[in-house]
Amino acid sequence: MIPRIYVPADSGALALGAEKVARAIEKELKERGVEAKIVRNGSRGAYFLEPMVEVATDKGRVAYGPVKPSDVKSLFDSGFLTGGHHKRWLGAPDKIPFFAKQTRLTFARCGINDPLSLDAYKSLGGLRGLQNAVAMAPADVVSQVTESGLRGRGGAGFPTGIKWKTVLDTAGDQKYIVCNADEGDSATFADRMIMEGDPFVLIEGMAIAGIATGATKGFVYIRSEYPHAVATMNKAVAIARKAGVLGLNVLGSPNAFDMEIRVGAGAYVCGEETSLLNSLEGKRGVVRAKPPLPAIQGLFGKPTVINNVISLASVPIIMDKGAAYYKDFGMGRSRGTIPIQIAGNVKQGGLFETAFGLTLGEIVDEIGGGTASGRPVKAVQVGGPLGAYFPRALFDTPFDYEEFAKRDGLIGHAGITVFDDTADMLKQARFAMEFCAIESCGKCTPCRIGSTRGVEVLDKVAAGIEAEKNLALVADLCNTMKFGSLCALGGFTPYPVMSSITHFPEDFKPAPARVAAE
Amino acid sequence: MTMQAASTEIASRTAAIIDEMKGLEGPLLPILHSIQEEFGYVPKDALPVIADGLNLSRAEVHGVVSFYHDFRAKPAGRHVLKLCQAEACQSMGSDAVAAKVKQLLGIDFHETTRDGSVTLEPVYCLGLCACSPSAMLDGEVIGRLDDEKIEEIVAEVRS
Repeated sequence: MIPRIYVPADSGALALGAEKVARAIEKELKERGVEAKIVRNGSRGAYFLEPMVEVATDKGRVAYGPVKPSDVKSLFDSGFLTGGHHKRWLGAPDKIPFFAKQTRLTFARCGINDPLSLDAYKSLGGLRGLQNAVAMAPADVVSQVTESGLRGRGGAGFPTGIKWKTVLDTAGDQKYIVCNADEGDSATFADRMIMEGDPFVLIEGMAIAGIATGATKGFVYIRSEYPHAVATMNKAVAIARKAGVLGLNVLGSPNAFDMEIRVGAGAYVCGEETSLLNSLEGKRGVVRAKPPLPAIQGLFGKPTVINNVISLASVPIIMDKGAAYYKDFGMGRSRGTIPIQIAGNVKQGGLFETAFGLTLGEIVDEIGGGTASGRPVKAVQVGGPLGAYFPRALFDTPFDYEEFAKRDGLIGHAGITVFDDTADMLKQARFAMEFCAIESCGKCTPCRIGSTRGVEVLDKVAAGIEAEKNLALVADLCNTMKFGSLCALGGFTPYPVMSSITHFPEDFKPAPARVAAE
Repeated sequence: MTMQAASTEIASRTAAIIDEMKGLEGPLLPILHSIQEEFGYVPKDALPVIADGLNLSRAEVHGVVSFYHDFRAKPAGRHVLKLCQAEACQSMGSDAVAAKVKQLLGIDFHETTRDGSVTLEPVYCLGLCACSPSAMLDGEVIGRLDDEKIEEIVAEVRS
């Protein structure tokens, strides 16, 4: 058997030099006259080990990482094609603690094989969920998803099955499945990883959604900042179409379902579902008032399921192993698993899929290993630019939709950004307002004007001008934005702002006192 | 590439793109992306052609083009360097990275160097948040920027 060497082509791995490593391996193979096949897989998600090169040996996979191009010669000298020892040796990938501690359901296949090999996808359980779904009545598929307890992984946490049921029950000559892949939140990369590392699972999830609701057409709206994901998804859709996974007869059944990949144009607000629908229609990405719900009048006014990538990619395993299997993981009303993305100033950054319920402290300190800078953790922002900043004092909060809400936070798309003690929380609060001002769609006043006024008032606080009075003004403004904005952009910007003020009051003291304190 | 095409030339190439894509459901964004790919920006002269081809008003087309950060009104430099300025990169010193790049290139965000070699832009997240601070140079991703990598990038865009 020709040896197989796996070098990730995930953009995170590419950003860390995977392409140069692949080329160095190719060159070394040629020079040594050794025959081997280089497979470009996705990433398993441990970015502190990327580029992580794996070789398939008689005893299974052996991983090495992080590999630099300059390591390649010595890797060959150490006999890495048969798993030989080397300073970059990591052993069997699933025994590496970062992976061994995970529960991988949605990401079960991500990063293992060539993402565009449909055979590899099938060999690891792919398409079984869709096969089950085509043999069932639509209402039964919907009830499986409802029973699984799956909630929208984009951030809102709305039960996926209920959304699907509304679309199923709404009459329409044309219905749509829209996948929200406008993953704009900082600290999140789960959608990107699945699209680059296991695109067929998303296609399968969307086809199941189509069969369950009577929709025959799907769109994936991917942000333009993800060119690699766009390229992989386009290729995967073409392969799926050719193999009969998509088309007039999905897997040979009477169900028709096809899909298209669409690219955004750099507007953060298009991650909001109604502005995404406007953008797909070719309009300005402004938010729509709800009702009507997209499930009733969505894309082009037709009944539309709009779900996040991870929600849709979690459906195949539910349809394969059953609702009870999925529901068995998790806590309270947060069922199943969640891909937590650990990012920012952290030693062991990456994607960690696990059942709900780990505490924030376990995630940051034990799995993340603390800060990359080696300094103490000051704050972590959970849920992207619209999520609250939590101090160490709240590290006992379990990762669960309701538990975070109780403490004025949100889990959002499950991204966590770690900051060390050099972070200035007044600067972070100001950035939240500034970002909202840059990205506001402009439709509603609290968001459009409030964010700009917020920047100005926080600048006054920073300059030491009537700090107390101006902080009271910020609180009042946040209240208006929270309850008066049309969508989560203006409505949730108060989370990072107010949590900074509440948990880190020392950073908001007048400037002279702050200088003296330093 | 940066040479601005004559307006009749723009109109005919735009019309060809519209012809090819107007059968799509919601064709405007895909058309604008193709036009930007063709010309390197969305020329003003293309807008009335799009309006005509899709039966929209010019105001509607202008409204859409100007809404999205990606669409350029004029050509960019030969290279486009995007520096991530979102929270995860901030936690790893993206402010200092931006300051250094701006100083080395002698331009601010949204500007192009006088020799037309590079346009510098901020970007709010490239999804490389576990290898911050990050950047994108002409579509290639770069993670864990440090002084050495910054100098390499600057040398590359200057050459």
